[in-house]
Amino acid sequence: MKVTVDQDRCCGSGQCVLTAPEVFDQSDDDGLVRLLLPSPTPEQHASVRLAAALCPGNAITVHDV
Amino acid sequence: MTTAAHRAVPSDPADLAVPAARDGGCPFDPPPAYDQALHTAPVTRAGLWDGSSLWLVTGHAQVRAVLADERFSADARHPGFPFLSPGRRELVTRTTPTFLRLDGAEHARQRRMLTGDFIVKRIEAMRPEIQRIVDDTLDRMTADGSPADLVSAFALPVPSLVICHLLGVPYEDHAFFQSRSTSLLDLAAPAEAVGVAQRELTDYLRELTGRKRSHPDESVLGRLAARPDTTLEEAAAMGLLLLVAGHETTANMTALGTLALLRNPEQAARLRAEPGIAKGAVEELLRWLSIVHLGVPRVAVEDVDLDGTPVRAGEGVLCMVSTANRDPEVFPGGDRLDIGRDARRHFAFGFGVHQCLGQPLARAELQIALQTLFRRLPELRLAVPYESIRYRTDMVVYGVHELPVAW
Ligand code: SF4
Repeated sequence: MKVTVDQDRCCGSGQCVLTAPEVFDQSDDDGLVRLLLPSPTPEQHASVRLAAALCPGNAITVHDV
Repeated sequence: MTTAAHRAVPSDPADLAVPAARDGGCPFDPPPAYDQALHTAPVTRAGLWDGSSLWLVTGHAQVRAVLADERFSADARHPGFPFLSPGRRELVTRTTPTFLRLDGAEHARQRRMLTGDFIVKRIEAMRPEIQRIVDDTLDRMTADGSPADLVSAFALPVPSLVICHLLGVPYEDHAFFQSRSTSLLDLAAPAEAVGVAQRELTDYLRELTGRKRSHPDESVLGRLAARPDTTLEEAAAMGLLLLVAGHETTANMTALGTLALLRNPEQAARLRAEPGIAKGAVEELLRWLSIVHLGVPRVAVEDVDLDGTPVRAGEGVLCMVSTANRDPEVFPGGDRLDIGRDARRHFAFGFGVHQCLGQPLARAELQIALQTLFRRLPELRLAVPYESIRYRTDMVVYGVHELPVAW
């Protein structure tokens, strides 16, 4: 699995950080998403998929590789 | 707790009214007519108080589709935007628009001035402070003795103290801004009264923001006022939005959530016994109670095919969060309160780019407030008959007007 984020679409809701904190973070100054782990471990896949589904801005894309 | 089975079904969906009466059904459930719409026609016509009509959207997938689609605008200046009361119309036509009612780049520009203040990390760091506020408020309530009104003694002071602390608004002024905030959200208030309350609050925040512009501090409002890329007018309008939103929603979730747990004692017992369950319990209460009970309004700015229904530009749409949060496709047995379920796909905070900015704060406050309340007062119970509770059907944010409790 590969993950990408689009900061232009992010509205800083923090859903991703609450759902998969090892994979996503929010910037201290503008609150926008920062991707910590572009290739999550298999144990993290389910929470990353949920984070993508919960993201209100559709800013998270999961690519199956 | 569902009552839909023995309720009358409107013969014609066009008979659906907004807002709809709950007419004696379970006060925790969405109006029976909306529940019926969810199961028969998740996108249907409904009539508004002013004689206009709109699309009532009740299904989870359909609500998600509308709220994530920029062809449905949140900007109330667009013709056809549905207003839920004369007061709501007054508010929008007379005030400086904030990100809540802006789209696209303007929305992003304003919202991003605040996103940094509400990030998960910053709110998590506030937990000890929130716990202290919850403990102090409970100390005061119990010192005054049982019974007490949980709304005025606990549910309202906690978020009020928290948001004042965060924004940098003096808590001493709370009687002033709470009474105006109540008028703003009163559906039955005449437009003029809403206008007066709005002007008084705006004047107050403009004055406060102006002072902070010359003497900046580290509060949210202080830092907003110090920004060169915003006007005083805009900063005051955003401050007003945060102050009102920070109060009403969390206060009503705390009080109504407490009542829901008291009516479902096995769930309350579970919350007491398993402290680790507080997070999930709050998500489930947010889902089940859906205090944004009148729905989230939008207007189509282009023709859109919504799940097979053609919606034309200029037509109003109302996303009924309360029914979407009970949709059995996503929440099997969703009419039941079950604090052990995974409720995270709820829309209690909305969806799309307008999703509630303060949700990490609301979550932390609710988790700490409910968990502490039920832990510290194991004998907590209603001090009046359940039937005498008055619900806020007349307010934009649902809840209870008072909640007399004993312990
Ligand atoms: S959930 Fe989406 S919108 Fe919210 S902070 Fe994460 S990426 Fe941004």
